[in-house]
Amino acid sequence: MSETKTKTVRRLGDVVFANLAFFAGVSILATLATVAAFLFVQSVPAFTGPEIEASKDGFWAYVLPYVFGTVYASVIALLIATPLAIGIALYISHFANRRFAQLLGYSVDLLAAIPSVVYGLWGILVLAPFLNPTFMWLNENLGWIPFFSGQVSATGRTMLTVGIVLAIMVLPIMAALIREVFLQTPRLHEEAALALGATRWEMIKMAVLPFGRTGIISAAMLGLGRALGETMAVAMVLSPAAVINFAVLTSSNSNTIAANIALQFPEAGGNYTNLLIATGLVLFAITMVVNMIARWIISRRAEFSGAN
Amino acid sequence: MSTQLTSSFQGTTDLPKWVSPAMLLAFFLGSFTMQVLATAGNAQQEFNLIAVAFFGLAGYAVALYLLSRAIEGRRKATDRLVTILVSTAFALALIPLVSLAYTVVVNGAARFDAEFFTFSMRNIVGEGGGALHAIVGTLEITGIATAISIPVGIMAAIYLVEYGRGTIARLVTFFVDVMTGVPSIVAGLFAYALFVIFFGPGVRMGLGGAIALSVLMIPVVIRATEEMLKIVPNELREAAYALGVPKWLTVIKVVLPTALAGIATGVMIAIARVIGETAPLLLIAGFTASMNYNPFDERMMTLPVFVYTSYANQGVDMQAYVDRAWAGALTLMLIVMLLNLVARLISKYFSPKG
Repeated sequence: MSETKTKTVRRLGDVVFANLAFFAGVSILATLATVAAFLFVQSVPAFTGPEIEASKDGFWAYVLPYVFGTVYASVIALLIATPLAIGIALYISHFANRRFAQLLGYSVDLLAAIPSVVYGLWGILVLAPFLNPTFMWLNENLGWIPFFSGQVSATGRTMLTVGIVLAIMVLPIMAALIREVFLQTPRLHEEAALALGATRWEMIKMAVLPFGRTGIISAAMLGLGRALGETMAVAMVLSPAAVINFAVLTSSNSNTIAANIALQFPEAGGNYTNLLIATGLVLFAITMVVNMIARWIISRRAEFSGAN
Repeated sequence: MSTQLTSSFQGTTDLPKWVSPAMLLAFFLGSFTMQVLATAGNAQQEFNLIAVAFFGLAGYAVALYLLSRAIEGRRKATDRLVTILVSTAFALALIPLVSLAYTVVVNGAARFDAEFFTFSMRNIVGEGGGALHAIVGTLEITGIATAISIPVGIMAAIYLVEYGRGTIARLVTFFVDVMTGVPSIVAGLFAYALFVIFFGPGVRMGLGGAIALSVLMIPVVIRATEEMLKIVPNELREAAYALGVPKWLTVIKVVLPTALAGIATGVMIAIARVIGETAPLLLIAGFTASMNYNPFDERMMTLPVFVYTSYANQGVDMQAYVDRAWAGALTLMLIVMLLNLVARLISKYFSPKG
C-alpha cells in the first residue's frame, strides 16, 4: 500500500535555483538595512569624537539650516512642477493627436535621462543669467512680499533658480506617472460624460481628475523624494550659506543637505567626515519617509480603484 | 442640418476653425511690435523675449475667452481657456529641453576634438588636455556596477514573479520601490562607510563607485525585469511543466528567453540612468588628473565628475576649463542618448511578435 504513495521529487537544480532567487530578493532588504546600519555606525564618531569646528553649537544646530534648505528648495520645485506636470500629462493623454503625443512623450522622457551635472552646468551658465533680470524686476516691484525681499543676487544663483532647475528635473518623472494614471481612466466614464454633452474640460473635470487624484498625489510625493535627494544641480547653482532664509532672490540661501555633503566631503578629514555622514543619515531618513508615504498611497489606490 | 440643429439647440454658434490660430498669430505680432517700439525709443530698455511671449499669450487667452464667451457661451469658453493653459504648460516644458540640447551642443563642440578623446589631464594647465582618463573610469566603474546589478536584479525579479509568496515577497516589492528613491549621494556615503571598515578613513577607490552605482541600479533592473516576466504568458510555463521540464529549467529556457528583449531594454535604461551619476562618484571614487586603469586602487576619474571638477576648479585660463566641462557634458549626453536609442531598438526588433 505504502509503495503507491507518490512522493514529490525535489530536484537539486530546483532547490539551488529557488534559493538563489530567494537570496537575491532578500539581499534587497539586507542592502537597505546595511545602508542604514553603516551610515549610523559611521555617524557615531561625530557625536563622541573631539569637537568639530563647524558644529560647535551641536549637531542639530549644524544640520537644521540644511534640513530647511532641502525641504524649502524641494517645496518650491514641487509648487512649480505639479501644475505643469498635470498640464503635460493632460496634453499628452487627452489633447494632442495620438502619433504626435507619442513623439512628445519620448521627448519629455528624454529630459529624465539627462544627467544632473549637465542640468547643473546649464542652470548656472544659461538659466541663472537669463533669469536674473526677471529677479531684479520681481524684487523692485513685488519686494513687499517677504519672499522677494532683501538684497537681490547679482548672479542669479538663488533659491528660486534652484527651485526652477529642480522643477525641470522632476517634471518628466511626474508627468510620466500622471500620464499613465490619466490613460487608465475608464473609457466608459469619459464617454458617458461626453455623451451627456460635456465639453472636453468638463469631461476631464468629471471623469479624469477625480480618478487620477491619488495618482497626482503620489507622483508629487515621488517628485518630492527626487528633489530632496538631488545633489549636483544644487551644489553647482546655489550660492550657499548656513542660514535659514525664506527670501528666494538673495545670495545667502540655505544650502541643502546633499549639496553640502558634495561640496564639503572631498576636502573633509577627521570626524568632520563623520559629521557629514550623519547629515546624510538625516537625509536618508527624510527621503525614506516621503517615499514610503508615496508608495503607501499608490498601493492603496491599486486596492480600491476600479481600473484593475 | 444636424450642426444647425445642435447650434440652435444650444442657442449659440461655434467660432470658425481659423479664428483661434489667427488670433494667436495676431497677438504675438502685436506683442512683438509693442516690444520693438518700447525698446526703440528707450536705450535702457532691453529687448525682452519673455515679455513678448508672456504678453502675446496672455492677450490671446483673454481675448479668445471673451470672444468665445460672447458667441459660444460660458462652457465652451472655459474649455478653450483650459486648452490654452494645458498647451502652454506643455510648450513651457519643451523650452528647457530645447535650450539644454542647444547649449550643450554649441558649447560642447568647441573642444569636441581628437585631443579630447586621446589625452588625460596629467600635467595640463590651461588649454588642451582631454577626458580619456574620465571615459576609461566611467566605462570601468559602470561596467562593474552592471556586472553586479544584472545577476542580482534579474534573480530578485525571478524570485518576485516566479517564487515569491507571502510576507517576505511583499516586503521585498515594497522596499524595491523605496530603494528606487534612495538619494544618489546617500548611496555614495554608504559605499564610503562600507570601505572605511576595510581600508581606513579617506579611502578613495573605483570599486566603491561601482558599489554605490549598483545600489542605485539594482532596483531599476528589478522593476524592469519584473514587468517583463509578468507579461510572459502562463501557457508557456504550463506547456513546459506538462513536458516534465523542471521549474528552474522552465525559467531559464522558456521564461527568460521570451522576456529577454524587454529585460535588455530595461538594463540599457538602467545603465543610462547611473552612467550620469556624479555625487556618489565624487565622494568615493574621487577625482584625479591622471589615468588609472585599476578600480581596486586609488582615485579614479569619471566623466560626470570630470564635468563637475572642470567647472568647479577653474584654473587661470577659465575658458579652457569651461570648454572642457561642456565637451564632457556633450560626450555624456551622447552616451546617454545612444543607450536610450539602443534600448528602443532592442525592444523594437527583438521583442516577440504577438
